[in-house]
Amino acid sequence: MPETTKTAAEETVPVAAAPAEAARDSGPAPGKPRSLAADAWAELRRNPLFVISAVLIFFLLVVAAFPSLFTSADPTAGDLSEHFLDKPKLGHFFQPDWFGYDNQGRSIYARVVYGTRVSIIVGVGVTVLVTVFGGLLGMLAGYFGGLWDTILSRLTDIFFGIPFLLGAMVVLNAFTDRTVWTVIGALAFLGWTQITRVMRGAVITAKHADYVVAARALGASTSRILFRHILPNAVAPVIVVATIALGTYIVAESTLSFLGLGLGTNDVSWGGDIDTATDHIRNAPHLLFFPAGMLSLTVLAFIMLGDAVREALDPKLR
Amino acid sequence: MTILDMTADVPAPRDAGGPLLEVRDLHVEFHTRDGVAKAVNGVNYTVSAGETLAVLGESGSGKSVTAQAIMGILDMPPGRIPQGEIFFHGQDMLKMSGEERRKIRGRQIAMIFQDALSSLNPVLSVGYQLGEMFRVHQGLSKKEAKAKAIELMDRVRIPAARERVNDYPHQFSGGMRQRIMIAMALALEPDLIIADEPTTALDVTVQAQVMDLLAELQREYNMGLILITHDLGVVADVADKIAVMYAGRIVETAPVHELYKRPAHPYTKGLLDSIPRLDQKGQELYAIKGLPPNLTRIPTGCAFNPRCAMAQDICRTEIPALHPVTERDGGELVGRGSACHFWKETIHG
Amino acid sequence: MGRYVARRLLQMIPVFLGTTLIIFLMVNVLPGDPVAALWGDHPPDPAQMAQIKQERGLDLPLWHQYLNYLGGLLQGDFGSTIAGDRPVLGEMADAFPVSIRLALMAFVFEMVVGITLGVMAGVKRGKLIDTGVTVFTLLVISIPVFVLGLLGQQVLGTQLGWITPTVRDSMNLGQLLLPALVLGSLSLAYVARLTRTSIAENLRADFMRTAVAKGLPRRRVVSVHLLRNSLIPVVTYLGTDIGALMAGAVVTEGIFNVQGVGNLLFQALARREGTVIVGCVTVFVLIYLVANLLVDLLYAVLDPRIRYA
Repeated sequence: MPETTKTAAEETVPVAAAPAEAARDSGPAPGKPRSLAADAWAELRRNPLFVISAVLIFFLLVVAAFPSLFTSADPTAGDLSEHFLDKPKLGHFFQPDWFGYDNQGRSIYARVVYGTRVSIIVGVGVTVLVTVFGGLLGMLAGYFGGLWDTILSRLTDIFFGIPFLLGAMVVLNAFTDRTVWTVIGALAFLGWTQITRVMRGAVITAKHADYVVAARALGASTSRILFRHILPNAVAPVIVVATIALGTYIVAESTLSFLGLGLGTNDVSWGGDIDTATDHIRNAPHLLFFPAGMLSLTVLAFIMLGDAVREALDPKLR
Repeated sequence: MTILDMTADVPAPRDAGGPLLEVRDLHVEFHTRDGVAKAVNGVNYTVSAGETLAVLGESGSGKSVTAQAIMGILDMPPGRIPQGEIFFHGQDMLKMSGEERRKIRGRQIAMIFQDALSSLNPVLSVGYQLGEMFRVHQGLSKKEAKAKAIELMDRVRIPAARERVNDYPHQFSGGMRQRIMIAMALALEPDLIIADEPTTALDVTVQAQVMDLLAELQREYNMGLILITHDLGVVADVADKIAVMYAGRIVETAPVHELYKRPAHPYTKGLLDSIPRLDQKGQELYAIKGLPPNLTRIPTGCAFNPRCAMAQDICRTEIPALHPVTERDGGELVGRGSACHFWKETIHG
Repeated sequence: MGRYVARRLLQMIPVFLGTTLIIFLMVNVLPGDPVAALWGDHPPDPAQMAQIKQERGLDLPLWHQYLNYLGGLLQGDFGSTIAGDRPVLGEMADAFPVSIRLALMAFVFEMVVGITLGVMAGVKRGKLIDTGVTVFTLLVISIPVFVLGLLGQQVLGTQLGWITPTVRDSMNLGQLLLPALVLGSLSLAYVARLTRTSIAENLRADFMRTAVAKGLPRRRVVSVHLLRNSLIPVVTYLGTDIGALMAGAVVTEGIFNVQGVGNLLFQALARREGTVIVGCVTVFVLIYLVANLLVDLLYAVLDPRIRYA
């Protein structure tokens, strides 16, 4: 098999954490040597991309955890005396009418706040599942090779061939009462392959590194080699891919809800609200604007975080 | 006349109007996040036609950076040349336009890099890369360029050149690849070749062959050659004169054999003492203590003082100039200089 | 080379079988009965249901159904719909040309604009244009495709009136333009970012320094030495993206009412027409596998260091 690099993620991902290239004569001498992790952290802290995205994500996590801190309104209670064609009261900060009302008289602001929860839970939930299971499979395939690798790699190929969103639609279509957990399950079921491939590649690279060969020669146990020597060195590309994937899972959830194949109407999801907005887009664009804006901002935060982490972990990109 | 002018003892240059290349008080700095790295701090040297200057130094001594400045391939930014002149055929190249410099590159000054595998384009055939010189600089057709490429490959003694002209760099051995680099540099018969560690990446046996080939071709075309290396062994046979660099300065200059016999700088002495020698078998090998300085924080005074056994107070405060080195009785030593406050003690013991 | 292709084709077989099996299982094991769906909201008639199931072989064990399906595939028979008993192949023959047209338009758009933006940003790394391209691609990636579609439809279609907001004639290139731009936008951003990274990485390569030292004009350095190397990963990405574009058209086609595969699939989902879903996904998988093979072969042409034995 040719070892062509074919990551489904866009850019090349750092495979194995190469130590910062020793300064050669052609370049200026480096500062005092630091470990890769410390180096990455120092790099991250002074990257405005990271600072902005970290602050944003922290804020989103707080909103998701304690939505009632931000609004007193009930996102599911409709008050038909409030008309959705009325313009939002942009001066009424944090008031129920701040972003206006939807066609059932529900506070859009409250729905935007409560919708954060679904997006974050789905994004984080799928990422955790996929990273743990996909990562484990990738590690097994990469480290043990042979038959393990053949079987797991074929399995990965098979699942990789199924279109992600389409597959999720088929799975979710079978369930009539869908919860966040159904959505998480469906997305994780179809989304694990990317992490498996990245982890497999990273483990294979790390496996042949001198320090692993040395550890093996010194009689270290398999689990010790795997978890103490290989994993820390193979985890960098996985972190990068997982961070960026988190954003795409949030998009997937909202797309499914938009298509009516995600969460039911009892749950507050930005995608569902955007679906509601499509019928009134002409007369009441605020129905689209606020959930769509919040959704994009959330995705942006995770994509930026992924970018910043990749730049920090890949010395080549500096 | 500076003490570095040694044109008297080499064959008459092609260009009678002075040395082929003259670097005057060159400074190069890099603006990095950790501060300004002063990579080159006032380098002077000359090279005449047919002459070989070896520039010797550790990593970070500024030897390659100086070469890149001459070649005009420094990355600017982060690099900057705050001061200095580089005369080529009597004209300051630093005052030329980008286009004028480009026309000198490859045609009049060529460069050979250390790692031929990464320095050759992996996705283009060697024939294409060699032929490109003729197509761009002389406007030859593709076919003519390929014929020239084969001729060049023959010239550097690559076996079966005609069959291999369409091969890619990774299909050649290390020594053959370096011959291709040499062929590329020679293509337009330049006046000056800069070879940056040309044999470092090669096996010892291949090193000698490549070095011999380079020296032979240099003699044949009467080119100036700047040989950049950290390997004293490579230098001895081919160089006419040596400049030893440390922390961006030339610390010692000498005709090659004099340097080996009687170093006039503690750093050079340390380098020579750290070469393993057969007659000292069994003894512990000498090593210069400490590390090369961080170029963002070069020590005050003589940059070598923290590592120098002879260092006195003056070495920590005053930067030593490149003094002319003389015999004990004051007799002239042509072309010798040492940037050490205690050069007399060093050379005369 | 011939042997390599043969081996790759052989390797495709298990992947193809595996993928179609999974899709088949997903459609058939999961709850929901397509035959019962024929009655809509009314309670189905058990006797009629049993008869329909028997006629269609839907009462057989699942493995038998799958083998029957594969047997049909070998003869080019994709089965038929439950409602109306129309051949799935015919349904697909109507829908695929539309989606292929849409995907190709999106593909050309993402390739031309994506590579151009990426090269401009990569060569001028750190300059204003680089920042502009970076911000643009981040925004495009962050705004979900369906939001972008709705916005485009609203602004360009309804408000400015430049295009028709919904597609009336699905084979009309002019009407497909906006849906194609929306469909290609996400990949465009990825192509631009990938190109930029690749260019910026190769700019520092030793062979670039050699090219400059040879005295080549800047244009030649960039177009011959830089681009040739930098576009290898981009070509790889683009090759695998064709299949993804077709599958991704589900959302775009829905928004713009394009009568393509996306639409067909969406209706099939609503009516639980499993054969249509399995058929469409099977074709997607085939496209994906063939595209992958072509990309690998192209890769060997572009990068002489890759050898297939």
